[in-house]
Amino acid sequence: MNVRLYIWQRLTAALMVPLLLVHIAVIFYASRKGLSAADILARTRGSVSWALFYGVFVSAVAVHASIGLRTVLTEWTPLRGRTRDFAVIAFGLLLAVLGFRAVVAVVLP
Amino acid sequence: MAGTLEVSLWRGGADGRYVGYEVPMRDSQTVLDVVTWVQRNADATLSYRFACRVGMCGSCAMTVNGRPRWTCRTHVSKVASDGKLKVGPLENLPVIKDLAADMRPFFEKWQQAQGRFAPSKTRTDPIERISPDSPARLAANAAIECINCGVCYAACDTVRWNPDYLGPAALNRAWTLVNDVRDAANVERLTAVAADSGCHACHSHQSCQEHCPVALNPTASIAGLKRKTAQAYLRGEIKP
Amino acid sequence: MSMLSRRTSPLWLAALVHRLSGLALAAFLPFHFLALGLAISGEARLEGFLRWADQPLVKLSEGLLVGLLAVHMLGGLRLLALENLAWREGQTRFALLAVAAAMVVVFVFLASVF
Repeated sequence: MNVRLYIWQRLTAALMVPLLLVHIAVIFYASRKGLSAADILARTRGSVSWALFYGVFVSAVAVHASIGLRTVLTEWTPLRGRTRDFAVIAFGLLLAVLGFRAVVAVVLP
Repeated sequence: MAGTLEVSLWRGGADGRYVGYEVPMRDSQTVLDVVTWVQRNADATLSYRFACRVGMCGSCAMTVNGRPRWTCRTHVSKVASDGKLKVGPLENLPVIKDLAADMRPFFEKWQQAQGRFAPSKTRTDPIERISPDSPARLAANAAIECINCGVCYAACDTVRWNPDYLGPAALNRAWTLVNDVRDAANVERLTAVAADSGCHACHSHQSCQEHCPVALNPTASIAGLKRKTAQAYLRGEIKP
Repeated sequence: MSMLSRRTSPLWLAALVHRLSGLALAAFLPFHFLALGLAISGEARLEGFLRWADQPLVKLSEGLLVGLLAVHMLGGLRLLALENLAWREGQTRFALLAVAAAMVVVFVFLASVF
């Protein structure tokens, strides 16, 4: 990992700490109340705040996870150089695409 | 102290094997004493490396019962389990023969991390005054006593997993120079340690600190480099 | 290339836990996103998934995921502090504390859903 990847990974990590605390609170709240799909969507649909919150979260996690995966591939597999970098970029894009799709699914009115 | 030690020593190159020897026990015997006894009394072809025998030169590091150690300052009584001693060459380095590891990758990385002083003055300039209690000098002092033995390098799992990783000793050395206000090569040095497989590859397992025979803390030095390079990168002073 | 260390120390284990929890979360995320994406084709499909997820075994897995998330975040916080604050000895204790706190989070989660 070079200094640029390091800064991106640690910045997204720090950014996700408060987001995660809120996310864990949401998990606890939703599970405890046993919210139905209608309950959840009533709270999220049309909400700019939830769209922003989870939009940022998805972006951060896509960057953070793909850089982490790059290190794991370097150390635990024979993948190196471009092959490895294409693989992790593809994974990061997969996370971003699926993540934004999920955000859109729950916030679009 | 009477009795015999059951000693097995690595013999041969990478495809070698452990060979058993019986070595008489002595009071205050070091692992290096044991190896030397074998070479003088059992097999004169045994190859190993040592020089000062007092923990200054950093030549005699070997793997002793699974851990990298400086053998001249390691007492047999502290490390032998049931009178058994297994001594091999340092890990994470190629084997030359028997107990002698090839230190070239270790010192090449030392150079790659710009671990040499680059003077910013000539002999005609006045001597730079450095306050002993300035933060930079204190940081350099804390890391300066490295004897280049390679124990940390052999103990590091990140080196084992990523053979390009510069390793604790070279980065620790770079950190002392980064804190030397007289040095003129810090842009090159920070650029070198900020590259892929530089200081940011460290996972802070702290094995280097745990094994360092002179009680240095390379993990802390590397953390310092991570901060310093990040600052330099954000200010546009270095490029990755 | 052996993934394991020949010398396992507590901090090496802490790094392993961090890595394995990160890998597990990365593997889980696409499925998490796909499940939420069901809402695109209507509330009923998401509702069907949520009712399927009411099974005890799924709830237990959710507890595990919450634990992975907590241990990865707390272990990561320890690293951020180690790298960016003044050096502190006793990292083993902080790593144990992170694992213990994650276990408490899991316990509270399971107690609240069962």
